[in-house]
Amino acid sequence: MQQDARQHENTLLSVRDLEVSYGGNPVLHKVSFDLKKGERVAIVGQSGSGKSTVVAAILGLLSGAGRISGGSILLNGEDLADASEKDLRGIRGKKIGLVPQDPMSNLNPSMKVGAQIADALASNGMRGREAIKQRAVELMTEAGIRDAERRYDQYPHEFSGGMRQRVLIAISLAGEPDLLIADEPTSALDVTVQRQILNHLQTLVDARGTSLLFVTHDLGLAGDRTDRIIVMAEGRIVETGTPWEVLLNPQEDYTRRLVAAAPSASLAADPTSAPMAERQGPEPVLSVRNLAKEFKLRGQRGRRIQAVDNVSFDVQRGTTTAIVGESGSGKSTVARIILGLETPTAGVALIKGESIATSDPRTRSALRRIAQPVFQDPYGSLDPTFSIERLIDEPLRIFKVGTRESRRERVAELLDQVALPRTVAQRRPHELSGGQRQRVAIARALALEPELLILDEAVSALDVLVQEQILDLLGDLQDRLGLTYLFITHDLAVVRQIAHNVVVMKTGKVVEAGSVDQVFLAPSADYTRELLGAIPGAAFAS
Amino acid sequence: MIRYLSTRLWHSAITLALASVVIFIGIRQLPGDPAIAMAGEEASPEQLDAIRAKLGLDQPLPVQYFSFIGRLLQGDLGKSTRTGTPVTDLLGSTLPVTLWLAAYAIVVAVVAGVLLGVVAERFRGRWPEWLSNGFALIGLSVPSFWLGLLAILYLAVNLGWFPASGYVDVGTNPVRGLYYLTLPALILGTGLAAVILRQTRASMIETMSTDYVRTARAKGLGGGRILFRYGLRNSLIVVVTIVGLQLGGLISGAVVTERIFALPGFGKLTLDSVFTRDYPVIQAVVLVITVGYILINLAVDILYSVINPRIRVGSN
Repeated sequence: MQQDARQHENTLLSVRDLEVSYGGNPVLHKVSFDLKKGERVAIVGQSGSGKSTVVAAILGLLSGAGRISGGSILLNGEDLADASEKDLRGIRGKKIGLVPQDPMSNLNPSMKVGAQIADALASNGMRGREAIKQRAVELMTEAGIRDAERRYDQYPHEFSGGMRQRVLIAISLAGEPDLLIADEPTSALDVTVQRQILNHLQTLVDARGTSLLFVTHDLGLAGDRTDRIIVMAEGRIVETGTPWEVLLNPQEDYTRRLVAAAPSASLAADPTSAPMAERQGPEPVLSVRNLAKEFKLRGQRGRRIQAVDNVSFDVQRGTTTAIVGESGSGKSTVARIILGLETPTAGVALIKGESIATSDPRTRSALRRIAQPVFQDPYGSLDPTFSIERLIDEPLRIFKVGTRESRRERVAELLDQVALPRTVAQRRPHELSGGQRQRVAIARALALEPELLILDEAVSALDVLVQEQILDLLGDLQDRLGLTYLFITHDLAVVRQIAHNVVVMKTGKVVEAGSVDQVFLAPSADYTRELLGAIPGAAFAS
Repeated sequence: MIRYLSTRLWHSAITLALASVVIFIGIRQLPGDPAIAMAGEEASPEQLDAIRAKLGLDQPLPVQYFSFIGRLLQGDLGKSTRTGTPVTDLLGSTLPVTLWLAAYAIVVAVVAGVLLGVVAERFRGRWPEWLSNGFALIGLSVPSFWLGLLAILYLAVNLGWFPASGYVDVGTNPVRGLYYLTLPALILGTGLAAVILRQTRASMIETMSTDYVRTARAKGLGGGRILFRYGLRNSLIVVVTIVGLQLGGLISGAVVTERIFALPGFGKLTLDSVFTRDYPVIQAVVLVITVGYILINLAVDILYSVINPRIRVGSN
C-alpha cells in the first residue's frame, strides 16, 4: 500500500485504457502505460501502429474528427482526456513540450526563427522584449546553434534541416516542461546529424531531469536512447520491456519480426550473398571513370559547387554496389549522370563500355533499356491516374515491344516476379500500400529486361518489415535474373544486408571503397568510422 | 532588390512599347470615321479631307504612329477631336475620381473579403460560414449594374442613407467626398470581395492544417495569435496573387459603376470617347489603362516578396 503510494508519487504520466476514435472507429485500443519522473520511454511501431495518435491524444491535438472515446491520461494526477481547450493551452508548452517529426514543415515559413521561439516564451508568461530575446538566444545556443544572436533574425529557409530541428528543440524546452515528447525527431535527418542532435537532446533532458517520451519506428534508436520500450501495432501495445529484453529476447511474434527486420539491430548478421570473387567477370557492366559535375549557384555569379569530384568505381555483373553518403554528398548526382539525366562536367560513366551522355540517339536508347531506375518515393514516381498495368507496360509501349496481347502477358509475368497478385493490374496506385507500390516500380524497371538497376534510396521511405521484404525480393531477382544493382542509400545498415561492394561518398568525393566486409570491419577513413558509429542499435548487435 | 526592380521596370517599358503599337493600330481598325463624327453626316468630301489633313489622318500609319509617340514623350496627348480640350486636361479631371473610387473599393473588398474568409474558416459547418458563403455566391453571380440599381432604390431612394448620384471632390472635402463615393465603392468592391473571401477561406483551411500550426498549438499559443501570425499571414501569400490578377477587372467594373452613379470619372470618359471615335482620347485612355495594369502587377510582385521572405532572398 505504502509502496503503491510512493510509486504513484513518482509517476508523471499515467495513461489508462486510452481509446481514440475517428468517426465511430476506434484506432487505439486500451492503451495503458506509465512514465516516471526523469524516465525515458520509447514507443516503437510501424506507420499506422498508432504511436503518433497516442502523442496527439496526450497533447489534445488529434486531427480532424479524432477524439478520445475512452480511458484517461493523468499528468501529475490531472486528467487531460476531458480537459477543456483552455486548460490544455495551459499545459502545452509549459508542462509538456513537443519536438515534432519533420523539421522542414514545422516552422512558420514567414516568421523569423527567433520570433517563433519568443512566441513560445511569451505564451509561457514571460514578459519584456529584451528579456525574451535574451532567453531565446540562450535557448538557441543551448540547442547547439552557433552565432545565435545573428541567426535569431533569420527565416527558417535559411536554416538546414538539422539546424531547424535544433530550433524546434529550443522551442520545446522554452517552457521548461516536465515531459518532453519527441515524435520521430530525427527520422528526416542524416545519421551523423541524427546522432549529434539526439546526443544534444539527451544532455539537455538529463540536465533538467525532464521525462522523455520518444516515438520512433527505429528499434535500434529506441534501444540506444531509452530506459524502456513499448512496442505498438495496430493501435495496441504488443510488448513492453527494457531495451535488452525487447531487442534480445522478444516475447511476441510481432516484436521478433520487427527485431529481425530492423537492419540496425542485425548488423553482425552474415552478408546475404555468396562471396564476391567468383562473380567477377572480365568486363564490368558499369564503369565510372573520373566523373565530375559542377553546378553553378543560381543568382550568385561565378560561384560554383563541385557536386561530384573525380569519382571512379566499377560494378561487376550480377553484383550489388552501394553508394553511401549523406544528403549533399553527390551520390544521387552520380546516379543521374549514369542514367543520362545529367551531363558530367568531366569523366565518363560507361554502361557496357558506352556512355549515355556522348553516344548517338540509337545507342542511347539501347543503353536506356539496359539501365533502369527505381526511385525513392513510391508515391511520387507512379502517375496516380494510370492503372498498374499501364504503368508497368509503359516502357514496353515506349520502345514498341510486342503486341497488345504479348504486353499484357508480360505485365502478368512481371507481377508474378515481384510477388504481386495479377489482379492488381487494373487497380490504381492509391489503392496499393507503399511496399506494393515499390514492387510496381521495380516491375516497371524490369519490363525491358535490363541488366542494371539503379536504385536511388529505393527502400528509404518504407517501414522496416516492408523494407526487408523488398530487399529480399531484390536479392531473389538478382539470383534468378543475374541483375546488377547500383544501390544508392544513406542507410549503412541496409548496405550490410544487400551489397557486395560499397563506395562511401562525402562532399562529392569517394572517401573509401571496397567490399562490404572490408569497409564495415576495417574502415580506413575517419568519415566511414563516424558513419558506422552513428548507426543506432550497434550495442545490441554483438 | 534594386537589380530585381530595375529588370522589372525594363520589362514593363518593353510591354508598354508593344502595347502602344497594338493600341494605335487596333483603334484605327474600329468601324466609323472621326472626320464624319466631327463634321456630321452632311459634310462634303472636301470638308472631310480638310478635317483629316488637320488631324493628320491623311498621313501613312507609321508616320502617324511616330508623331503620336513623339508628342507623347513630350507629355502631349493631343486634343479631343470632339471638344478641342487637351487630353491631359480631360485625364486630369477624370482620373482622380476613378482612382479614389477604385482605392475605396479595394479597401472595402480586402477588409470584407479577408474578414469574412477568416470567419468562414473559423466557423466551418456552422451558420457564419453559410452566411459568408451566401455573400460570396451573390457577389460572384449577381451583375454589378443590378446590385447598383437595387442599392440606389433601397439605400438611397427609400432609406435616404446615401446620395443616389453625384460627386464631390475628395481632395477638397474628404468627408463629404468619401460619403458620396461609399455606395459606388461598395458595389464595385462586392465582386472582388467575393473572390478574396473564397480565396482566403480555401487558403486558411490549408494553412491551419499544416504542421507548423500544430506545432504552434503545442507551444501553448492562444487562438488569436495562431490565427493571425501563423494562419492568416501565410494564407495571404496566395490571396495577394489572386487579388493582383483581379484588380485589372476593377477598371472595367468602374466603367459600369460610374455610369450607374453618374460619376464624372475615367470610365465615363472612356465610354464617351469610344462612341464619338475621339481617337486621341481613346488612345490616351487605353494607354492609361495599360500603364495601370503594369503598375498593379509590379506592385503585387513587390508586395508578394514583402509577405513571403523566401522570395525576397531568392532575388538578392
